Amino acid sequence: MGRIEVQSLGKAYKQYRRRWGRLTEWVMFGWAVRHRLKWVLQDISFTLLPGESVGIIGINGAGKSTLLKLITGTAQATSGSVHMTGRVAALLELGIGFHPDFTGRQNAMMAGQLLGISTAQLTECMPDIESFAEIGEYIDQPVRVYSSGMQMRLAFSVATAIRPDILIVDEALSVGDAYFQHKSFDRIRAFRQQGTTLLMVSHDKVAIQSICDRAILLNEGRVAMQGPPEAVMDYYNAMLAQRQSSEVQRRERPDGKVQTISGSGEARIEDVSLRNASGEQTTVVSVAEKLTLTVRAKVHQNIPELVLGFMIKDKLGQPIFGTNTHYLGQVIRLASAGATYSFAIEFAANLGPGSYSIAVALHSAENHLTRNYQWRDLAVVFSVVNVDKSNFVGTNWLPIAITIES
Amino acid sequence: MRTTLRSLWNYRGFIIGSVRREFESKYRKSVLGATWNIVNPLAMILVYTIIFSQLMKARLPGVDKPFAYSIYLCAGTLTWGLFTEIVSRGQNIFIENANLLKKISFPRLILPIILVLNACINFLIISCLFLLFLIFSGNWPGWTLLNVVPLLAIELMLAIGMAMVLGVLNVFFRDVGQFVAIFLQFWFWLTPIVYPLEILPPAVRSWMLWNPMFPVIQGYQNIFAGQPIADWTAICIPVVMGGLLCLLGWRMFRTHSGEMVDEL
Repeated sequence: MGRIEVQSLGKAYKQYRRRWGRLTEWVMFGWAVRHRLKWVLQDISFTLLPGESVGIIGINGAGKSTLLKLITGTAQATSGSVHMTGRVAALLELGIGFHPDFTGRQNAMMAGQLLGISTAQLTECMPDIESFAEIGEYIDQPVRVYSSGMQMRLAFSVATAIRPDILIVDEALSVGDAYFQHKSFDRIRAFRQQGTTLLMVSHDKVAIQSICDRAILLNEGRVAMQGPPEAVMDYYNAMLAQRQSSEVQRRERPDGKVQTISGSGEARIEDVSLRNASGEQTTVVSVAEKLTLTVRAKVHQNIPELVLGFMIKDKLGQPIFGTNTHYLGQVIRLASAGATYSFAIEFAANLGPGSYSIAVALHSAENHLTRNYQWRDLAVVFSVVNVDKSNFVGTNWLPIAITIES
Repeated sequence: MRTTLRSLWNYRGFIIGSVRREFESKYRKSVLGATWNIVNPLAMILVYTIIFSQLMKARLPGVDKPFAYSIYLCAGTLTWGLFTEIVSRGQNIFIENANLLKKISFPRLILPIILVLNACINFLIISCLFLLFLIFSGNWPGWTLLNVVPLLAIELMLAIGMAMVLGVLNVFFRDVGQFVAIFLQFWFWLTPIVYPLEILPPAVRSWMLWNPMFPVIQGYQNIFAGQPIADWTAICIPVVMGGLLCLLGWRMFRTHSGEMVDEL
């Protein structure tokens, strides 16, 4: 139960050059072809094992939504096939089919039935739906008087009233306010723990990295990369910056992680190292230890400005801290070809125990999105251990003192 | 086919709910509620009765009882109303529900089923009133009334077949929707519903053979006037046409329902 198998799936839309094209085709019973096929998805294959959770990412127009439509069965594939086992629930768009003049309870009933849940089951779940949506006595008011957030809450509660074997989510996580977002996310997480297979499309890096075992990057209708969320996310970021002509390379680090290096190459990072107070290279540091990150960069072409940025990420790839010389007011103006610069960034490892990585980038202006000379993910990987501090949890070390009075 | 039927059965709760909801929603915010369902056709019948039987002094040949024209008119307009409701709403059914079709996976045949059930309920209400009128005005036709059942079945077959064909066509060629509205107007006036067949010139009368709704409507008119149905053989044409339309509609729906979502 809960297996999704997608085999060389493809989707093409018919495009007619002239208005009469389709009519001609219909009249001729297919003897005349007047259309061209425009492929929006091609050769997509992947398998989700029961209980696995996979995120699909890609820029707008990469084919993510079309892929979800093909998987849920609202649109028909042009080639290939999708096989699924178990009950599927899809959160593609919430609140569809709600009628403004009927009460929340009546609408919940109808929406549930439309999703294929039987009346008896719905009646049984109704108290749960009510309590999860937390809309109080509004449940017996017409949906017309609801705020959009309340409608979303109710729709989400209905759609997830019964744990499905497969849950398909399309950026529907922005349900109502921050409180309900957490609540809905917790529910999805709980389903996952109980064995629901999860397939979700999101632009939200944090969501994908914190809940998915695997990520699939779609680009121009094809699978561009499949693998651990962190590596795919890094590649995706590089791809975003690299819409200008430049290379993106990936290489595997000795520890098995995939490192992405991208950029247009006007300036390149020659060497990155993390050193402790005595100037030795290190990979294991203690909490709050003073560190220096040294970066050597070489300029290969004359460029108007050069900015060095760096970012510390945790093991899921979520940013912990990052800044750059633009923010610090230390931009190098008019860097000429052949020049070499050494940067030394001093900081204290005020981090919680765990594994961290540092990404380093050379770019212009405020961020790497306009001009990205070189971006290097996982330039340094290091672990933080707690040697001399009292026990604490979290990714940050904050020196604190507690005063107790009685 | 069997899997289609089973999936439809699984959605019976939704079908029943939708039928009820559509019925209720029409009148939810009106004071008179479902009464409007009756007032509308009543007004139309009143207008026709006044214009044709009073102002234009049209008389049905051979029948001189009071209410004879009103009964003739009701027999035609009420059943024609059922037919046009299904056809004209059916041709828009997929376009109207585009959002639902694009976002939720469910058996699509549910939509026309809900529509047909709703049309039938509306028809049932108005026919009950008509029957009450027949009883109280002393025009109860007797057991011959049962002949209405096969006629209704044939009419529904025609209507559903046309609705399916037009509904699918309209998704791909939006001209269909515009055309059908006009076409139904012509069809109504080219069928002896408000006027008797006898006032048509003989040359036109022979063309009536090709109007599948003519024998059906004529059948109702005869039944409610307490006469036997003129000839059952003429009914063969609408039966065959209805069957063919249903087959064509089913085939078109099968082959194009996937492509339909891309066009909506």
